[in-house]
Amino acid sequence: MAEAQNIPAGSTTAGSIAVAAESTVATRMSAPPSFDVADFPVPHGREEEWRFTPLERLAGLHDGTAVATGSAIKVAIDAPEGVIIETVGRDDARLGRAGTPVDRVAAQAYSSFETASVVTVPKETVLTEPVRIAVHGEGGTAYAHQVIELGAFAEAVVVIDHTGDAVLASNVDYLLGDGAKLTVVSVQDWDEKAVHVSQHNALVGRDASFKSIVVTFGGDVVRLHPRVSYAGPGGEAELFGLYFTDQGQHQEHRLMVDHNAPHCRSNAAYKGALQGQDAHAVWIGDVLIEATAEGTDTYEMNRNLVLTDGARVDSVPNLEIETGEIVGAGHASATGRFDDEQLFYLQSRGIPADEARRLVVRGFFAELVQKISLPDVEERLLAKIDAELEASV
Amino acid sequence: MATLEIRDLHVSVEAENGPREILKGVDLTVKQGETHAIMGPNGSGKSTLAYSIAGHPKYTITSGTVTLDGENVLEMTVDERARAGMFLAMQYPVEVPGVSVSNFLRTSATAIRGEAPKLRTWVKEVKSAMEKLQMDPAFAERNVNEGFSGGEKKRHEILQLELLKPKIAILDETDSGLDVDALRQVAEGVNRVHGTGEVGTLLITHYTRILRYIKPDFVHVFANGRIAESGGAELADKLEAEGYEAYTKGGVSA
Repeated sequence: MAEAQNIPAGSTTAGSIAVAAESTVATRMSAPPSFDVADFPVPHGREEEWRFTPLERLAGLHDGTAVATGSAIKVAIDAPEGVIIETVGRDDARLGRAGTPVDRVAAQAYSSFETASVVTVPKETVLTEPVRIAVHGEGGTAYAHQVIELGAFAEAVVVIDHTGDAVLASNVDYLLGDGAKLTVVSVQDWDEKAVHVSQHNALVGRDASFKSIVVTFGGDVVRLHPRVSYAGPGGEAELFGLYFTDQGQHQEHRLMVDHNAPHCRSNAAYKGALQGQDAHAVWIGDVLIEATAEGTDTYEMNRNLVLTDGARVDSVPNLEIETGEIVGAGHASATGRFDDEQLFYLQSRGIPADEARRLVVRGFFAELVQKISLPDVEERLLAKIDAELEASV
Repeated sequence: MATLEIRDLHVSVEAENGPREILKGVDLTVKQGETHAIMGPNGSGKSTLAYSIAGHPKYTITSGTVTLDGENVLEMTVDERARAGMFLAMQYPVEVPGVSVSNFLRTSATAIRGEAPKLRTWVKEVKSAMEKLQMDPAFAERNVNEGFSGGEKKRHEILQLELLKPKIAILDETDSGLDVDALRQVAEGVNRVHGTGEVGTLLITHYTRILRYIKPDFVHVFANGRIAESGGAELADKLEAEGYEAYTKGGVSA
C-alpha cells in the first residue's frame, strides 16, 4: 500500500505496516509518556523521535536551558456568546486529561507553564460562529497550556492563529464529549525566527467527531505533534494538514492516532510544498490499532511537492495492527517534484512560468483547502501560497 | 497564410566534453495547411529539431533563424511561442502532479486564446473532442499524464492539438509505442485538424507505419543533423523498401 515515486535526491519516503503482539509505535519512543520533564533524558538527536529535528535550533527547549521570559506571547480569545473562557492554575483537574506528554519538550512545557487557558463550550451548545484564538509572539520564550472542551453534543469551530516571533513550547488539549463535533484550524504563520514545539492531544468521546486542520507556513522550526485517542466507541477523527516549507525552514508534523476503542474511524491527509535550499519537511504518521479496537477504519496519506533543488522531505507512515477484525487500514506516502520538464511542458501550452508554478501548487493543495470550509481562512491560505511563490521567482 | 521558416539552423547541447553540435544547418519551410513528414534514423537530430523550435532550455541555437510569419521565434519565451501559434506534441509528455486535465486544458486555452473560453461552450468543446478520440470523460479529472498509458498520453497530446488550434504543429514521434487502434485514433485526430486547413504539420517519425493513415505532402529524410533528401509521399515508399542505410553510411547528399 505504500507508494513512492520520483523521490528527489536526499529525501526519504518510507513506510511500514506491522502486525505485532507488542506495540513498536509506543516503544520506539525513548521514554514512556510523563508529565514530568525529569522522566525524559536530554535528547542527543539520534533518538527515533528526534532524529529529524535540528536540536541546536530549538533555543534550548529540549535541554532545560530555555527560561520563560515575561509576556513572550499575547493571547486574545474572541468567542461567541455561550462560550466560557477561564484562566486557571496548574492544579485544575481538566489539564492533561486528553493526553500525556510523549517527549521531553512537551513535558518541559507541562512542567513549566504557570497558568492555562480553558475554553469551554457547554453541552448541547451549537456555535454558529468560530471561536478565534490569536497567539501573538512578542519575542522571548514561553511555555503554555490550552484546553478546549466541548460538552456532550456541543458543536464548535476553533481557529488558533500563531503570528509574530517567539520560542514557544506548549500542550493543547481537545476534550470532546459524547456526540460532540469540533473543528480546529491551527495556523502557524510565524515570523521567520520563531520556534514552536507543540503537542496536540485530542480525546474523542463516544460518537464524537474531531477535525483538525494544521496549516504551517512560518517559523524557523515548527514541530507539531497532533495526537488522537478515543474515550469510547464510534468516534471519528480527521487530521488534515498543509505546509509550505521555505528555504532553511524545518517543519515537522508527527501524527499519532491510537485506535484504543472499537468502531472508530480516522483519516489523515497532509500535503506539503517545499522550495529553497535546506527547506526540510518531516511527516511521521503513526497509527496504532489496539487489540480492542475492532471495526476500526483508518487511512493516512502524505504527499509532498518539491519545487526546487536543495529541499528535503522525510515521510514515514507507520501502521501497526493488533487485531484483524477491522474494516480497513491503509497508508500512502509520495514525494514528487515540480521540475524544469514540467515547467517546459506547461509553458509549451502557452502558460507563463509564474502561472504554471501557481497552477501546480494550487492544484496540489486544492482538495485540502476545500476541507477547511472557512472562507476567510481559505482566502488567506491561497494568498499566502501565492505570496510564497512570488517570493521564489 | 502562416509560414514557419527554418534557415540554416545549428543547435548544440552541452555534453561531457563541451558542446556537441546536433543540428548542422537545417532548412525547412512549413506553410499552414501542409503536412511534412520528417523521417530519419535514431540519433539523427529529429527530436532536437522539434525541441529547439519549441524552446527547450537544454538546446543552444548557435546560428540560423526560425521565424513564424516573419517574427523571430528564437527570441520568444517558450510560452510566447505557444501563444504565437506553435504547438509541440511530445514524445514523452511529463506528469504534472496536482493539476487535473480539465484545469490544465482550460488554463492553456485561456492563455492561447487570450481570454477564458465561455464555460458552457468550453465544456461541450472538450467533451466532443474527447469523444472523437474515444477518451473516457473520467479522464478529465485525472492529473495530467499521471499514470497514463502510452496511448492515453498520446491521445491527450492530440486532444490539446485539437483544442488549441495552433498554426504550426510539430508532432514528435507521436506514433511511437502505440498499438494499431491507438495509432489509428491519433492519426484520425491529426487528420481532422489538418482537414480544417488551418494548421501546418511537421510530423516527426521513425517509422513509415503512421503514413498509412496520414498522407504527407512532403517527406524529408533527416540524417546527421540536416535534411538529406526531400520529396513527395513516394519518398516514404522508398524508405519503407530500402531503410535509412543509404543515408547513414556517409552517402549523405544535401
